[in-house]
Order: sequence, then C-alpha cells, then structure tokens
Amino acid sequence: MTRKQRRMAFVGLGMLALFAAAALVLSAFTDNLVFFYSPTDLIAKHVPEGRRLRIGGLVEKGSVVKEGTTVHFVITDLTTQTPVSFTGLLPDLFREGQGVVAEGKLGPGGVFLASNVLAKHDEKYMPPEVADALKKSGQWQGDKDKGQGNKGK
Amino acid sequence: MHRFANPTRFLRLSAAILPWSAGLTIVLMAVGLVTGLMVSPADYQQGESVRIMYVHVPSAWMGMLAYSVMAISSAVALIWKHPLADLIAKSSAPAGAAFTFLCLVTGSLWGKPMWGAWWVWDARLTSMLILLFLYLGYMALVSAFDDPARGAKAGAILALVGFVNVPIIKFSVDWWNTLHQPASVTKLGMPSIATPMLIPLLVMALAFHAYYVTVLLLGVRAEITAAKVRAIRLTQVHE
Amino acid sequence: METIRAFFNMGGYGGFVWPAYGVSAIVLVGLIVMTVRSMRAREAELANLQAVLGSRRAAAQAQRSNRKVLDGDA
Repeated sequence: MTRKQRRMAFVGLGMLALFAAAALVLSAFTDNLVFFYSPTDLIAKHVPEGRRLRIGGLVEKGSVVKEGTTVHFVITDLTTQTPVSFTGLLPDLFREGQGVVAEGKLGPGGVFLASNVLAKHDEKYMPPEVADALKKSGQWQGDKDKGQGNKGK
Repeated sequence: MHRFANPTRFLRLSAAILPWSAGLTIVLMAVGLVTGLMVSPADYQQGESVRIMYVHVPSAWMGMLAYSVMAISSAVALIWKHPLADLIAKSSAPAGAAFTFLCLVTGSLWGKPMWGAWWVWDARLTSMLILLFLYLGYMALVSAFDDPARGAKAGAILALVGFVNVPIIKFSVDWWNTLHQPASVTKLGMPSIATPMLIPLLVMALAFHAYYVTVLLLGVRAEITAAKVRAIRLTQVHE
Repeated sequence: METIRAFFNMGGYGGFVWPAYGVSAIVLVGLIVMTVRSMRAREAELANLQAVLGSRRAAAQAQRSNRKVLDGDA
C-alpha cells in the first residue's frame, strides 16, 4: 500500500464512519427534530397541560370564528381535531383548508392556546408533511396530491 | 490530474475563462433581474413576494455547491497533496459564506410576510445556519495558523467533517416535518413551478454560477500570487 | 407614474422584496470588490519584490563585473 492509497483509505473510511454516526444520531433524535406534532401525535404522546409545543395540520374548513382580535379555529389531520384559540396577527397565508403550524400550549378542556400562528406555503396542494401525517392516521385520500407538493421555493 | 495542478497552467486557463465568466455574470444577472422583477407573474397565493425566490433559491443552491467544492478540494488536497486543491478550497469559502448569508437573510425577508415569522428553528433553517457557521469556522481556522500548509490541513479536515451537513440540508424537508416546504425544482419528474417563474429562477441560478466561477478564479489567482510572495520571502531570509 | 409606484410597491411586499434584492446586490458586489482588491494588492507586492530582487541581482552582477575590470587593470 502506497502512502497515497493509505491516505485515500483513511479519508474514505473516516467519511463513512462520520456519515454513519450522523445517521445514527439523527435517527435517534428524530422526535426532537420534527418541527411540529399532528393532533393525533398530541393525544398519543399525552402531552401535559402547560408544556410549550407546536402542532401542525390543516385549518378545518368553516371552523374559523373571529371574536374581535381573538380567533378560534380547528387544526385537523383528518382523524383528530384540536381546537385552537389565538389572539394576535395572523400571517397573510392563513386560510381555511390551508396548512398551518400553531405554537403554544395545551390549555384546560383540550383547547390549544396559541401564542403564535405560522402559515405553511401553498393553498391548493397539501404539504407532504401534513399529507404524511394524514397517511399515518389512515385518512389518506387517494393519490390526487401526489407529486404536486408545494410550489414556491 | 497533475497537469491541471500546475499553477502556471492554471493561471493561463483562468485568464482565458475570466472575461467570459465575468461577462456571463453581468448579462445573466441583467436578464434574471428583468424577467424576475418585471416579466414574471406574481404567485396566485404569495403575490409579488414570490420574487424573493429568484435570489433566495440560487443563494441556497450556491451555498451548498460552494461547500461541496470546498469539501472535494479538501479531500483531493489531503490525499493527492495537490498544490492547487488547498487554494481552491480556501477561495471557495468566502463565496460560499456570502451565498449562505444571503440565503438566510432573503429567506427571513420572505418568511416574515408568508409564514408570519422571521425565523423558526426547523430542521432546514437550522442546518443552513450551521452551514454558515461551518464556513466562518473554516475561514477562522485556516487563517489561525502561521504556517499556511498546516492551516490548510486543519481546514481540510474541518471541511470534510462539515460535509455531513450538506445532505442534511438537502433532505431535511423530506426527513422531518418542517415549516420550510420541500424542493420544487430538483425533484424527480416535472418541477411543481410554473414555467414563467421557472425561467427567471434558472437564469438567476446560472448567473450565480457564473459569479461563483469568477470569484473563485480571482481568489485562486490571489492565493497563487501570495504563495509566490511567500516563497520569495523565504529564499530572501535564507540568503 | 402609477405603474412605477405599483412596481416599487410590489403588491404591498415592497418592504420585503427590495431589501432582499438590495442586500444581495451589496453582498455580491462587495465580495467581488474585496476579492479583486486583495488580488491586486498581492500582485503589486509580488511585482515589488521581484523588482527589488531584480535590481539587487543586477547590482550584484554589476559589482562583480566591476571588480573583474578592476582586477584586470591591476
């Protein structure tokens, strides 16, 4: 083995070990790397009241009720619904049937008290994350959304 | 391969390429700006704010490309001890850092009106921020050594270790749920983006590539000159 | 006039679109200016060194040939 070959083997094996280690670490921490939970996750994980977290899904059609500056709406993954109440400014893309992520904590009576509401891009097509959440909960409706993903970035 | 590692040959080659890459940068930027800001339509959902995409997405691509160039050159430098590979890696870093910084700033300016937040700690945004820190760390490390050869070696190892982050950035939107949406252009099949918007995006991306080539060649030329200066200084000391 | 105003307003997103393009222009132009400057500075340094070296070599050579001439005279 020449010195060059030895260096090549060293770099190659080093990179392999590094990528393997990264894959292991990332798969171990997947729970912490997701940006939001679906309403189904919320129930499955028995999140205690008052702990800060994010939930994501679709804004259920016809669920948005405005009372002054306070908005009530329902986030759904088509299996489970979580009622949300929020006081403040909604992003431009907040619409019924649109993907949304709410930041806040679970209040009494299972109402999610959002301190911040973020919109996910796209109105017409379902974001794959929400679609995945829908698939997981067994409510995936055909393949009409397949390959359409999000537009934009 | 060693044929191209010859600095004199490289200088001749870069002198031939530079006017073309610089000219292409200017022309493509102009075309990209006109099509992106004036000709292309507003998005049916995001309105005019979608125009931020034409600088944001090319910056993101170039941030990752410049890092890949840096990592590959570093591997070549470590294994084959090419005199030029270290210089290419070193010159790629400031350009990559600039692109990554632009990606983060323009993304923030896009996220505020669309998502409702300047910044969120989702996997895509966080891994992109780590990329910026890797660039800054690399540049600091390389310049921290008095002996440029040792600095280059330490930097090469950091560049290779940090390369793990590049596929994480790329696939973060597929592996985890994120606020950032997944790729529209680089996925299999048809891009999910209308042609009149795809054109300015691709023109801008080409302009950014030409810009990167220009900055990289100028940077390597500066590094070769600096190496010559060092060599002369060294012989002077010994005389 | 109205179309120009509309263009700069960007459908209400002018406050986000223009800073995005502005910062891109500043960073990209800034980087190329810095790169060209550092390259020119290094090339000037090299030219300077080579000139000094060249004149020193020439001086040494002149000295040597001078001595030869003097030696020849003696």
